[in-house]
Amino acid sequence: MTQTPLEAATPCSETLAARKAWMGLLARAKPARLADLCPEIPTHDLLRAPEIGAVMVRGRIGGNGLPFNLGEMTVTRCALRLGSGAVGHAHVQGRDKGHAVRAAVVDALMQTDQAEALRAAVLAPLQAEEIARRTSRAAKAAATKVEFFTLVRGEDQ
Amino acid sequence: MYVAVKGGERAIDNAHAWLAEERRGDLGVAELSVAQIRAQLSLAVNRVMAEGSLYDPDLAALAIKQARGDLIEAIFLIRAYRTTLPRLGASCPVDTAEMAVIRRISATFKDLPGGQVLGPTFDYTHRLLDFKLAAEGEVSQAATAPAAMEAVPHVMAMLDRDGMIEAEPLGNDVPADLTREPMELPGSRALRLQAITRGDEGFILSMAYSTQRGYGRTHAFVGELRIGAVAVEMEIPELGFAVEIGEIELTECETVNQFKGSKTEPPQFTRGYGLVFGQTERKAIAMSLVDRSLRWAELGEDYTGAPAQDEEFVLMHADNVQATGFLEHIKLPHYVDFQSELELVRRLRAEVFATQEAAE
Repeated sequence: MTQTPLEAATPCSETLAARKAWMGLLARAKPARLADLCPEIPTHDLLRAPEIGAVMVRGRIGGNGLPFNLGEMTVTRCALRLGSGAVGHAHVQGRDKGHAVRAAVVDALMQTDQAEALRAAVLAPLQAEEIARRTSRAAKAAATKVEFFTLVRGEDQ
Repeated sequence: MYVAVKGGERAIDNAHAWLAEERRGDLGVAELSVAQIRAQLSLAVNRVMAEGSLYDPDLAALAIKQARGDLIEAIFLIRAYRTTLPRLGASCPVDTAEMAVIRRISATFKDLPGGQVLGPTFDYTHRLLDFKLAAEGEVSQAATAPAAMEAVPHVMAMLDRDGMIEAEPLGNDVPADLTREPMELPGSRALRLQAITRGDEGFILSMAYSTQRGYGRTHAFVGELRIGAVAVEMEIPELGFAVEIGEIELTECETVNQFKGSKTEPPQFTRGYGLVFGQTERKAIAMSLVDRSLRWAELGEDYTGAPAQDEEFVLMHADNVQATGFLEHIKLPHYVDFQSELELVRRLRAEVFATQEAAE
């Protein structure tokens, strides 16, 4: 990982892990749901206007070997600075510029004293819904797990 | 020969207006929404994403609607769109061992950690038309069971531990990208996999089938087939660390193949690998067979002249957008080319008749 000023400003690995967790959650969120939870966009300066682009997704040969290019996915990125000076970044899945702006706003606000309020209002519901969705799929998959049993064949008796 | 031709604008405009009307079809029938296509024709959406080489279910659904269900046309639309997007970077390689599997089966081991999970499969259905689907309002409820919510290990890792299967070379080399530089053959295995995963499902299927029928036989078993969601992470240069930028569904197939051993390698199993966007298991299985077949030189096997062993043949004919572009262009005006052919044949005929007359 390359050393950057921002990493130097957040030396605590727990802080970094927490930030990575909310950035990922925001990136995976449904744009409409994030807009419901975060209807107000505070005034901000755009450091990087929302931009739709593609990211080349890589896999590994055999699951663990050398990388190869699997194909691209759409991603929208944005960076902004709030009035308080907090800077937020976002790379979110899909092509919704509002999604990227809101994700960057939340990322910025999470680095301010509004973090706890925002965690309760935005991140907690997103996380709960994501867990519910994943649990539901895993539970349906679990119901399709094969229980093998051996049949007694006539000639064996 | 290409010569600019003018004219036909009105005919073209009218043809496209009629195309739009035909696309909509009978106005007495409700219009299909993009959301409906995305949700209810999801395997078509997956195929368009895989071969369009762009993971975006909404765009793929839109392309299917615009293309009136012609999937190769839809793939063409997606490929055209993706060329307009700036490349924001490349992801860290996805970790399929951490996949949240909805389906995971092995044809080689009955009892394996994590078990055999069938998922939403067509397997074991009777392939009888279900006329209940023709009636509206059919909602089925899937059963549930307590889930462990933990990653299931790769089956291959079990064989790997005992040295029973070839070890995969490890590393972080930047792979060749055929969307950036023209394919140079012979290519690396990474380049071949990129070409195959975006290749035409029908073509890859037929190539794989040909190896099963004996044209470059590789005796494949499906060691593991898994479908599920994986996180996509990317290093963000301005942040200096990697963040998740989304989640995608993938199908992965690993085959175990016979290998007698060589001068340098003891007898052990070898691998074929398939990884495809979406729920696309026919394609992923076929990909792993074709991948293994193309590895004959590296494994010191004989080249039997089988099409599926011929890298140039497979890779240069796998792309359905290239193929259909070249194939279908011959229906476009070639009036001048044909005029010259016509004159040539007339002259040759005249010469033949003149010789015959002189002989008589």
